[in-house]
Amino acid sequence: MAGIVGYGVYIPSYRIKVEEIARVWGDDPQAISRGLVVEEKSVPGPDEDTATISVEAARNALRRSQIDPSEIGAVYVGSESHPYAVKPTATIVAEAVEATPEMTAADLEFACKAGTAGIQACMGLVDSGIIKYGLAVGADTAQGAPGDALEYTASAGGAAYVIGGKNCLADIKETYSFTTDTPDFYRREGMPYPRHGGRFTGEPAYFKHVLGAARGMMEKTGLSADDFDYAVFHQPNGKFYLKAARKLGFESEQVKPGLLTPVIGNTYSGATPVGLAATLDVAEPGARILAVSYGSGAGSDAFIIEVNDLIEERRDLAPSVAEIIKNKRYVDYALYAKFKGKLRMA
Amino acid sequence: MRDVAVIGVSQTKFGELWDVSFRDMITEAGLGAIEDAGVEGADLDAMYVGNMSAGLFIKQEHISSLIADHAGLTPIPSTRVEAACASGGLALRSGIMAVASGYHDIVIAAGVEKMTDVVDPTPAIATASDQEWEAQQGVTFPSLYAMMARRHMYEYGTTREQLAMVSVINHENASNNPRAQFPMKVTVEQVMNSTMVADPLRLLDCSPISDGAAAVILCPADMAREYTDTPVYVKASAQASGTIALHDRRDITRIDATVNAARNAFKMAKLTPGDIDLVEVHDCFSINGILAVEDLGFVEKGEGGRAFEDGMTRIDGDIPVNPSGGLKARGHPLGATGIAQAAEVVWQLRGEAGKRQVEGAEIGMTHNIGGTGGTAAVHIFSR
Repeated sequence: MAGIVGYGVYIPSYRIKVEEIARVWGDDPQAISRGLVVEEKSVPGPDEDTATISVEAARNALRRSQIDPSEIGAVYVGSESHPYAVKPTATIVAEAVEATPEMTAADLEFACKAGTAGIQACMGLVDSGIIKYGLAVGADTAQGAPGDALEYTASAGGAAYVIGGKNCLADIKETYSFTTDTPDFYRREGMPYPRHGGRFTGEPAYFKHVLGAARGMMEKTGLSADDFDYAVFHQPNGKFYLKAARKLGFESEQVKPGLLTPVIGNTYSGATPVGLAATLDVAEPGARILAVSYGSGAGSDAFIIEVNDLIEERRDLAPSVAEIIKNKRYVDYALYAKFKGKLRMA
Repeated sequence: MRDVAVIGVSQTKFGELWDVSFRDMITEAGLGAIEDAGVEGADLDAMYVGNMSAGLFIKQEHISSLIADHAGLTPIPSTRVEAACASGGLALRSGIMAVASGYHDIVIAAGVEKMTDVVDPTPAIATASDQEWEAQQGVTFPSLYAMMARRHMYEYGTTREQLAMVSVINHENASNNPRAQFPMKVTVEQVMNSTMVADPLRLLDCSPISDGAAAVILCPADMAREYTDTPVYVKASAQASGTIALHDRRDITRIDATVNAARNAFKMAKLTPGDIDLVEVHDCFSINGILAVEDLGFVEKGEGGRAFEDGMTRIDGDIPVNPSGGLKARGHPLGATGIAQAAEVVWQLRGEAGKRQVEGAEIGMTHNIGGTGGTAAVHIFSR
């Protein structure tokens, strides 16, 4: 089965603290912070969007993969904040990393799990011999309406994965998906901000699918939480992530490296790919990782990944997630509102 | 008028019932009551259903027909009764009057509310207040009850801890109620440190948003033994109205509708507060538990807080209040609450309440109000 030849991450450097957002809306910052397990989130700069984030992440992935970009046969960018409604982000990314023109490309959308859907699509093309390498990106500049609970977490960032049949720094041993039609969160054409089902986004949506995919995978492979060194899940907030981990029987050391939402917010399509990248940053050769994404609407993709010796020589060819996150500048709500285009100019 | 008996009761689990629809919940409760009573669907003569706001919660009116149809009970007459959160209590009263008058023999009185299909139920709930003078000015139910609590604290020295005790005792009781939405205990500290909603009321002072349904089967008292060995008799069914807006009250620490309904109920039953072995009160907010024990006549005005603090309202106290867990912990699917209260009293009087059983209970009371007290329904039952 195909594996990960390279991975890379990009997170915008701007941050806004939960207290600052709570100050504007008159919320209790402690209650929000405690309730969501989130301290601050990343904010895209005025010149950053899903295309620029995807390009940065893809370049980092290519640095680690050490391949000729022209050997990439497919580029998929998964996001729910593609800059264009019609015109692909994937071609911008492909052109920027010099993968064009002998390749296929498309944008994907499945709320927060389009990035992992792209990985699966690349796996299929690689395993069938149609392409040599595929590039799958999950990235977002997520939208949260002013004053909505989502505003505390909706952030920006992304991760890119070069998928190939050999030369892998980690092997993908298995993938399993769990999908239903569950309208927990959606944004219709022309609407600036998504709508969500409040508490309905919990048990019948996130937990049903994340736990469904994880348990389905464990049943399929005969593995249990003890058999994994690490696990990473979609992380709309820290609370859901930790609760899912606990319900599946994982200890906090297993899931801690992949939990980024408390310090960067929810990067939506980037969330699971970035969490997986942070886990690969610290995993030893031989480590086994369970990764489970979640996209509203709703579905989860689960992966079992085993790390190879190659990781040690490739890891440092691009900045680690921890290094990227360290580079940060705080903005107040006014600058945040300007950067996010929440201010309407005449 | 004929005497009336309750021969069957049922309640669904209360909570966020994501997988169960409005029609499924009410059908489950109705079938449960029919089975409990040992009657057949074909024996039923009429149905009364309490429901506050299906129109706003699930965009469905004409639920009387919907329920009769979905439950396979057409063509019997089916009537929806609405009085905000007192809808269930009034549906029960409508059923009782239908049997007492001789119009119908076997009647099902039920209540149902599906509240979690909307993201924000607040605007729907707020329609139980005076829309022009309260809701449209931005006042919501937590803030109305917060004003009542503040005034009660000012007038009578009621403390924050005493308010918390209402929730603590409710949760203690709910921990033994498998149908409760929140069957877990809470401490005074947890209540007092929970998120502020409307000063002085915090999250754990407030009843939750709930889905659920409940149903009871009524018949003439002299027919009851044909169906059950443990009939429960209706000793009184009283109802009173009060001002819908809080600012029109002479005193906001007293709910006159409760006082009037209770007075009539005791008169009808020829009983006094001292005769009551347990009471299910309408404590949508902790302050309302305190107001209820005062306005129903169990303690003097101003003594309600102390009654909860001293443990007088615990299951083994002088006047056990809400052995079910009350609106706070059993849950509060608006239209279902008045019926669920009656179901709890019936289980208690039959001695079927398990670990939350009030020992030797002979006489029980229910107290169901709409809004801040625009409507009150009080019922007394005996073995």
